[in-house]
Amino acid sequence: MALANDITAPGSIREFNKLGIDKVFDRDKVVLVPDHFAPNRNVESAEQCKYVRDFARAKEITNFFEVGRMGIEHALLPELGLVGPGDLVIGADSHTCTYGALGAFSTGMGSTDIAAAMATGDTWLKVPPSLKFVIDGELPPWVTGKDVILYIIGMIGVDGALYRAMEFTGSAISKMSMDGRLTICNMAIEAGAKNGIIAVDERTREYVRAHRHQDDEIEEEFGEPEGVAADITKQADFISDADAVYEQVYNIKAEDIQLQVAFPHLPSNSKPLSRVGDIGIDQVVIGSCTNGRIEDLRQAAKVLAGHKVDTNVRLIIIPATQSIYKQAIHEGLIDIFIDADAAVSTPTCGPCLGGHMGVLAAGERCVSTTNRNFRGRMGDKDSEVYLAGPAVAAASAILGRIGGPEEIIDGRDQ
Amino acid sequence: MIFQGNVHKFGRDIDTDVIIPATYLVTFEPAELAKHCMEPIFPNFAERIKPGDIIVAEDNFGCGSSREHAPLAIKGAEIACVLAKSFARIFYRNAINTALPILESEEAVDSISDGDELKIDTNTGEISNLTTGLSWQAEPFPDFINEIINAGGLIGYTKERIAREA
Ligand code: SF4
Repeated sequence: MALANDITAPGSIREFNKLGIDKVFDRDKVVLVPDHFAPNRNVESAEQCKYVRDFARAKEITNFFEVGRMGIEHALLPELGLVGPGDLVIGADSHTCTYGALGAFSTGMGSTDIAAAMATGDTWLKVPPSLKFVIDGELPPWVTGKDVILYIIGMIGVDGALYRAMEFTGSAISKMSMDGRLTICNMAIEAGAKNGIIAVDERTREYVRAHRHQDDEIEEEFGEPEGVAADITKQADFISDADAVYEQVYNIKAEDIQLQVAFPHLPSNSKPLSRVGDIGIDQVVIGSCTNGRIEDLRQAAKVLAGHKVDTNVRLIIIPATQSIYKQAIHEGLIDIFIDADAAVSTPTCGPCLGGHMGVLAAGERCVSTTNRNFRGRMGDKDSEVYLAGPAVAAASAILGRIGGPEEIIDGRDQ
Repeated sequence: MIFQGNVHKFGRDIDTDVIIPATYLVTFEPAELAKHCMEPIFPNFAERIKPGDIIVAEDNFGCGSSREHAPLAIKGAEIACVLAKSFARIFYRNAINTALPILESEEAVDSISDGDELKIDTNTGEISNLTTGLSWQAEPFPDFINEIINAGGLIGYTKERIAREA
């Protein structure tokens, strides 16, 4: 599978066109998702989306997702059952590593690599050395996959896994939901890793089965998924060999992982919430390919229910896909958000990369459930991004400063 | 190829949002992208350097997103080549695919200062500091990467492959 979005696909298409061939290698295995600056934020982004759309039509690409059916790519592909255990997925987007949570090998590349793959169905890969992270025990209340991965990146640094595979295992991972696992693998790139991977277990199989058949209409339109995802029950387990060699093994006690906040301007600047201090904020964003899934919205709603966002704060909530959005409506979460004075948006990457829908001015501070807090990531170069999970983000929106859910409601309630 | 130019030295973890902020990712034109290259930490970078100058950086240069606009912006700024202690892996691939010359050498980076004049031979990996008279040898690329480079990047290489297999 080869993937690209509205920012990277134009480059892939331009390079593809230089090859002088008229077909992609397999029209079902190219996925194009205009999600970054879509719905179009300005004329230039409208042109980019149009360029991608025209190509998708001309090449009869099955998996092109227009606004209205679009979601943030890394939430959308697993949800639609387009990726699954044993698949090899390359994407012109660094967070393509997300699908490791489903037992796929998936990694980000640039537009030209994807162009060549769209043409030939091939790519070159070097087998990376592996690092193993064993997280055993019970995570404390409110602590999720986001805190686990911020804790790990804080421990090893933004190049701590450079060119390596990061495997996540242990009893805390076994007990974790797929949403949480997807969040962990999503941020493997933030430690420089080539991919993140979690062994396939019953939970993965359940997820793949459920999502394959989630939307009959989609299936009708796009046909049965192919490959391992189509027949997961008959496949051997995708688990590491008993004698697999690891460059390093890190043993982590789940109980030691507290709610985390990563300070500007690196995801590795993470600290436990208890050491954050008094930091006033202007904006909170809950969404993205990292934390825009239903479980994230549920956690945010649990904190926000019956409360109001601080008058000095703008809270922007972006469900990652249409079906997550719909689910959130059914569960009454959107009512809770709007009653709390949050702005709720159609799926888009938007503010995550300083694109639109919540760009920051100079000097502004934002708590965000996204994955990067590089200088200028969400707007002006003198704005600041603090990364956290949905519970801390929601609590901070109410408090007007960085804080935790336990300041709002009793931890035992969750 | 042989390059000679002055050094602009950067620290570690220079990320792709610094190399080219996302808001400008509405074009693939190197000259257009170059106007905003390094903007968050070095405004008007492209105007303030001489064509042919060289970027020298510490570890993990190009970390972050997969945007190929990053090497393109650097090329558009007419930087001749980038020497770093290490590169983030997607940037490394993108540089090769877009034919931006890159080299890795810890020792060289440690002893090179901002403003030094360097001469770099990308064929042999030889790095000479004309200001201090010191020189180093960078690791050469593996053979198959050289094949990609010699074909003028991945598209040229793929074109040759398609022609061979047709
Ligand atoms: S949500 Fe953010 S990190 Fe994820 S794909 Fe979109 S821009 Fe990239």
